[in-house]
Amino acid sequence: MRRGDSPRGPRHSIMSRTGAMLIMGVFTLYFLTPIWWLLVSSTKTGGQITGTAPLWFTMESIPTFFSNIGRLFTYSDGVFGRWLLNSAIYAGLGALLGTIIAAMCGYALAKYEFKGREAIFNIVLSGVLVPATALALPLFLIFSEVKLTNTLWAVFLPSLVSPFGVYLARIYAAASVPGELLEAARLDGSGEIRTFFTVSTRLMAPALVTIFLFQFVAIWNNFFLPLIMLRDQTLFPVTLGLYAWNSQISQIPELRVLVIVGALVSIVPLIAAFLALQRFWSSGLGAGSVK
Amino acid sequence: MTSSSISPALAKGAQKPRRTKTFAAQRRAVLLFIAPFAVLFLAFYAIPIVFAVVQSLLTVEREGTFGAPQEVFGGFVQYQQVFQNTEFWRSVGRVVLFGVVQVPIMLGLALLFALLLDSPLLKGKKFFRLAFFAPYAVPGVIAAIMWGFLYSPTLSPFGLITSEVNVLSAELVLWAIANVVTWVYVGYNMLIIYSSLLAIPTEIYEAAKLDGASNIQIAWRIKIPLVVPAIILTGVFSIIGTLQLLAEPQTLRSFSSAISSTFTPNLAVYTTASVPNYHLAAAFSVVLALATFILSFVFLKATQRKVSQ
Repeated sequence: MRRGDSPRGPRHSIMSRTGAMLIMGVFTLYFLTPIWWLLVSSTKTGGQITGTAPLWFTMESIPTFFSNIGRLFTYSDGVFGRWLLNSAIYAGLGALLGTIIAAMCGYALAKYEFKGREAIFNIVLSGVLVPATALALPLFLIFSEVKLTNTLWAVFLPSLVSPFGVYLARIYAAASVPGELLEAARLDGSGEIRTFFTVSTRLMAPALVTIFLFQFVAIWNNFFLPLIMLRDQTLFPVTLGLYAWNSQISQIPELRVLVIVGALVSIVPLIAAFLALQRFWSSGLGAGSVK
Repeated sequence: MTSSSISPALAKGAQKPRRTKTFAAQRRAVLLFIAPFAVLFLAFYAIPIVFAVVQSLLTVEREGTFGAPQEVFGGFVQYQQVFQNTEFWRSVGRVVLFGVVQVPIMLGLALLFALLLDSPLLKGKKFFRLAFFAPYAVPGVIAAIMWGFLYSPTLSPFGLITSEVNVLSAELVLWAIANVVTWVYVGYNMLIIYSSLLAIPTEIYEAAKLDGASNIQIAWRIKIPLVVPAIILTGVFSIIGTLQLLAEPQTLRSFSSAISSTFTPNLAVYTTASVPNYHLAAAFSVVLALATFILSFVFLKATQRKVSQ
């Protein structure tokens, strides 16, 4: 029998099937309508957004969309492109380095015995419970002591630390890297570091993708840190940039269209990446709760 | 694990020099593996927390009205201010009310969707999974901008509703924010619970099915108790997230004048820091971090006890 097949009678099934589909259908509308609205609105001019049917395209949708995109990337010396690049650096590069750092630490905690191992792990665990926003102000105070606020480093460096990543890496390393394999590698004369990068990381690969995605989203969503650290708008991540534009709409109404198109442009790559890496999400997400 | 596998008998004799060499190599490796994280953790977690506590214990004094301001040790002066600050406590009350209503609704929906995805009743499961998860790719700021437009009477496709009921009014704006947060996070929580449902071996409820148990009975008696750890995990993260609310209310401020500059605790921290009154803001931060820590800890312990009973 396939998973979930039911031996129950067809009459009961039809009723509950319809009910289940109805619930899921209604909520599909709830989840997708805002994104659909954003897509449709980005094909309209400022006047058309209020004047036409909100959930459907106009006759000139395609040319308007491209002219909106053009204005988005040229407005204010093309600062929007700069924001996208900054976000890629903060979240992309930051999560990549952060994943390697967390993986090394979690791996050492899982695969070696040494003094203070449990103490370190407990500190890391309590770090998981300290929310990122609670750190924003303290970080700002520290960075202003060393005169590094309003620099790229002020957002980039703190984003590298992911206690949750260490926690996941430890669980995964314990589960997926057999101790015998490490012994064998040692007998073959492979150094510990080399074994980690050539053998262990391969075994931990799905886990590493999950840690990367978690950290990427965490950095991408962290609003307080850039908000409090950055004044120079060429350093903004795209979220902070759009926030800044959005709060100026009442003075500069033409920004409304740019905010809408900009919001669409900034979420499309993320949704695409999520779809592409879906396999890893669905297998990795539950792992944190297994132990 | 590995070093304990070196039994004393093996470590004697000819093997000994080599074993000690590997052992030293392992210790070096551990240091190398842990050092980068340890340094960053110290610099950007531990030291800032200590620094914030120190700052919260300082106060600014002036000699006379026009004297130069001076930072002096003030003991618990800032904390006294925190406890007398009604705006701050109202903001705490607001997010607690938010959490008490929004977190159960969100997790309830997530659990319902996860059970439906795991049941034999649905077709097109892959589509639903993706559609429900898609909002998670939208950062809080952008979700708030989108819903802000959808809430405003002139732009909204739901003009019929939004022209009658002003969801951005003082009475309703908290729930307008709750809707944005729910919209973003239901799918994420659903996937966490769903993947832990998938980890349950089917044999466990084959027997119940043969005994004639209905899908609802199986869900209630077998599946839900088995995914409690996943629900606890999502619960802790949701509590942490609720107390930290900032991006959504701060963004919606440009759509609604009903959101004050101290609407949530973190907004109060931000507003106080921009005054700038770093000492009081640091004290707010310390109180908030402690409260979050204690609350999620208590929640974890309480639910663990219940589960083990």
